[in-house]
Amino acid sequence: MQTHDSPQLKAEARDFNFFYGQAQALKKINMPIYDKKVTALIGPSGCGKSTYLRSFNRMHDLYPGNRYEGEIRFYPDNTNLLSPEVDPIEVRMRVGMVFQKPNPFPKTIYENVAYGLRVRGENNKRVLDEKVENALRGAAIWEEVKDRLQDLAPNLSGGQQQRLCIARALATDPELLLFDEPTSALDPIATGAIEELVHELKKRVTILIVTHNMQQAARVSDYTAYMYLGEMVEFGKTDEIFIKPKDKRTEDYITGRMG
Amino acid sequence: MQPMTTEQIRALIARGKLKDTLFQAIGILCLGIGLLVIFLLVGDMLMRGMERLNIEFFTEFASRRASQSGILSAWVGTLLVMLVTAAAAVPLGVAAGIYLEEYAKRNWVTDIIEINITNLAAVPSIVYGLLALGIFVYTFGFGQSILSAGLTLALLILPIVIVATREAIRSIPAMIREGSMAVGATRWQTCRYHIIPYAMPGILTGVIIGLARAIGETAPIITIGALTFIAFLPPAPFAPTGMDGATAGMFDWVMSPFTVMPIQIFNWTSRPDPAFEVNAAAAGFVLMGMVLSMNAVAIWLRYRMRKNIKW
Amino acid sequence: MNHTMSAKSASDLHQVSDRLAHNALRNVNERLIELVLFAAAAVSVLTTVGIVYVLVSESIHFFQNVSIVDFLTDNQWTPLFDDAHYGIMVLISGTLVSSGVALAVAIPMGTIIAIYLSEFANPKVREVAKPVLELLGGIPTIVFGYFALLIVTPLLQKIFPELPGFSLLSAGLVMGIMIVPYIASLSEDAMRAVPMSMREGSYAMGATKLYTAIHVVVPAAVSGLAASYILGISRAVGETMILAVAAGMQPNLTWNPMEPAATITSYIVQVALGDLPHGSIGYQTIFAAGLTLLLITLVFNIIGQWLRRRYREAY
Repeated sequence: MQTHDSPQLKAEARDFNFFYGQAQALKKINMPIYDKKVTALIGPSGCGKSTYLRSFNRMHDLYPGNRYEGEIRFYPDNTNLLSPEVDPIEVRMRVGMVFQKPNPFPKTIYENVAYGLRVRGENNKRVLDEKVENALRGAAIWEEVKDRLQDLAPNLSGGQQQRLCIARALATDPELLLFDEPTSALDPIATGAIEELVHELKKRVTILIVTHNMQQAARVSDYTAYMYLGEMVEFGKTDEIFIKPKDKRTEDYITGRMG
Repeated sequence: MQPMTTEQIRALIARGKLKDTLFQAIGILCLGIGLLVIFLLVGDMLMRGMERLNIEFFTEFASRRASQSGILSAWVGTLLVMLVTAAAAVPLGVAAGIYLEEYAKRNWVTDIIEINITNLAAVPSIVYGLLALGIFVYTFGFGQSILSAGLTLALLILPIVIVATREAIRSIPAMIREGSMAVGATRWQTCRYHIIPYAMPGILTGVIIGLARAIGETAPIITIGALTFIAFLPPAPFAPTGMDGATAGMFDWVMSPFTVMPIQIFNWTSRPDPAFEVNAAAAGFVLMGMVLSMNAVAIWLRYRMRKNIKW
Repeated sequence: MNHTMSAKSASDLHQVSDRLAHNALRNVNERLIELVLFAAAAVSVLTTVGIVYVLVSESIHFFQNVSIVDFLTDNQWTPLFDDAHYGIMVLISGTLVSSGVALAVAIPMGTIIAIYLSEFANPKVREVAKPVLELLGGIPTIVFGYFALLIVTPLLQKIFPELPGFSLLSAGLVMGIMIVPYIASLSEDAMRAVPMSMREGSYAMGATKLYTAIHVVVPAAVSGLAASYILGISRAVGETMILAVAAGMQPNLTWNPMEPAATITSYIVQVALGDLPHGSIGYQTIFAAGLTLLLITLVFNIIGQWLRRRYREAY
């Protein structure tokens, strides 16, 4: 399906299956993720899009009984993220994540952003100051919080909290950033700000975003994958998927006949 | 900061995981210490007290001679005090719990009662002893009797019974209540025929835990001045008392002086003669047996309840 | 009594009025029951009122004979001697030292167990460990006293040969073990109430379990932890029998845990064991001591409430 302007691969799922205990949640997924692009995962609830997203940073390893099969290749080093030999912590150091509901830690704004750096053993104040500021600027929240970095993060508004969580993820320069319905708990104005930010961020990082909102997918993404009942139904450039879907199921979903 | 190399990151993760493992080991060790204390305690008391653990130990009164001393008056006293405690704490606690869950309106009176129950749980038990000394023993004139002791311990475990009742009631879904009210039952009929029966296992668990706590309480009972050397039993109902053919009344025993298991143990541990340590060990083992089996019943009940939830 | 049919004609009217009368009776009944239930709930308030009344009224008699300044500053406590001194600091020192030893054991141990159970242990271990902890917490304190005097003290004497037969150290250590289950159980509840999304946020940053526990879960549960520590302090300060058995009962103004000393509680026990006449100054001392104890517990609980409000969970 590659065309003339074929971008570089950042990651690629190959025959990826996932099981919650006995139940198979994802079936034979094959899908590329292109470097410095935004890829959106859409589909009705329960289709497995969040499950798929959470496999990229091995979140499922936190709970017993979950099982991966197949591969998610990560480039440029061609590591299989799902390999039992690969430590999930190592994966998470390279892949950042922003959650559905803002989940700032019960710490100051500054310490929230510095968290990942401290996890990596960085304690030099100058380095921390600089990286925290960069991350907050990157998440377009620096101007709002620069005078109150020592305030507790949970006191921020919902939209600010979510941008703080993005800054927290950005601070460690992840290679891939996962967004799990990042705007579902936010009002339209805050949602707009996050969408703008996602657009801005793809200059520096590859983004994979789950959304239940098709307009959002159309606005922010370069590529879109439509998932249904644990299967990858269709993947392609966002314009093509939305204008000329190849699969009947995709078309039904996009035109609102289902879901 | 230079970007970290893969080796550096792996070393960092290895260090972190080592700390995780070390912490787990410490955690298991701490739990182990708790377990060890229980084993050590029970084992030591059993070994030391073994020679005294025979029938006579339960059928003899305390004596000045260690080897002839028994716990007859102590276990009978404990039983009777628990009877009074249960008779007072269960109706009061259950009624209070029902009131707070089913009747009370949200107002300042209710708030005061609730804050009060929380705070009472933090009041040292010996303070209850002082309350009883001032009120039950002297003001009400109950003296240093089984009644005074039973009521004191009842007040002490009241918060436990109330909290257990409330939790049990709260776990009953609203539809049961609504279903009963919808067919015209009054509030009390709903409580009487639906709420109380369904909440019973939870209430029972709370009562047992409360009594297990009360049975081991020593300080408040010493404070009201319970005697430590008692070589008689409280009068049984209608037992002949004297030579003129008079008999004891049904409830004469509640006003009798008494001793209880923990006080008997305290008495024996504070004797300089080490021969009494053997008695203390044996009595301690018996008391532990009572408390542990009560707790075991409560844990078992709770376990069964969790399995049998029907809604 | 069946009132299910409706009044179809005028002749049924008396039935209706019967039913109304019945309803009125039923209402009176309901009111009465509510009143009885309310009275039961009020008993707990009466208990508090009773405690305050007894302690304060007897203490007022006491302070008519002893000045508060002497009570707080005298460095001897000899109320039953001819040359009577009433320096409560003597008893407070014993109480604080033994509680300090106990908390130095119970807070770290209880917190570690709580973190282990909530963040590391698999559910099966937790299912077993919690009831075992409850059993440990249910052991009568007199039995713990026996344990301190006859098992722990001899063990400690092997390490510190100069340790006397009665000591605050030995009693305090055992008191600590007794308090561990309370702190562990309440802290574990508080930590398990921290939402999973918070932990996921930390793990997603590449943090380990321990790092997540210390830097995210503990701070998020801090108000619950504080509450459990406060309960632990209340238990330690109010504990009686372990001290009466294993710490000796002679008043001793000391900050050294290696020494024997009386505490507020063990003094009350000692007096109650004797035969003091009702109304004598000696009798009143135990109420003054009890009031002091209650005030100390109250102060810690107020601090606890304040901490809770200050660090209310933000999730």
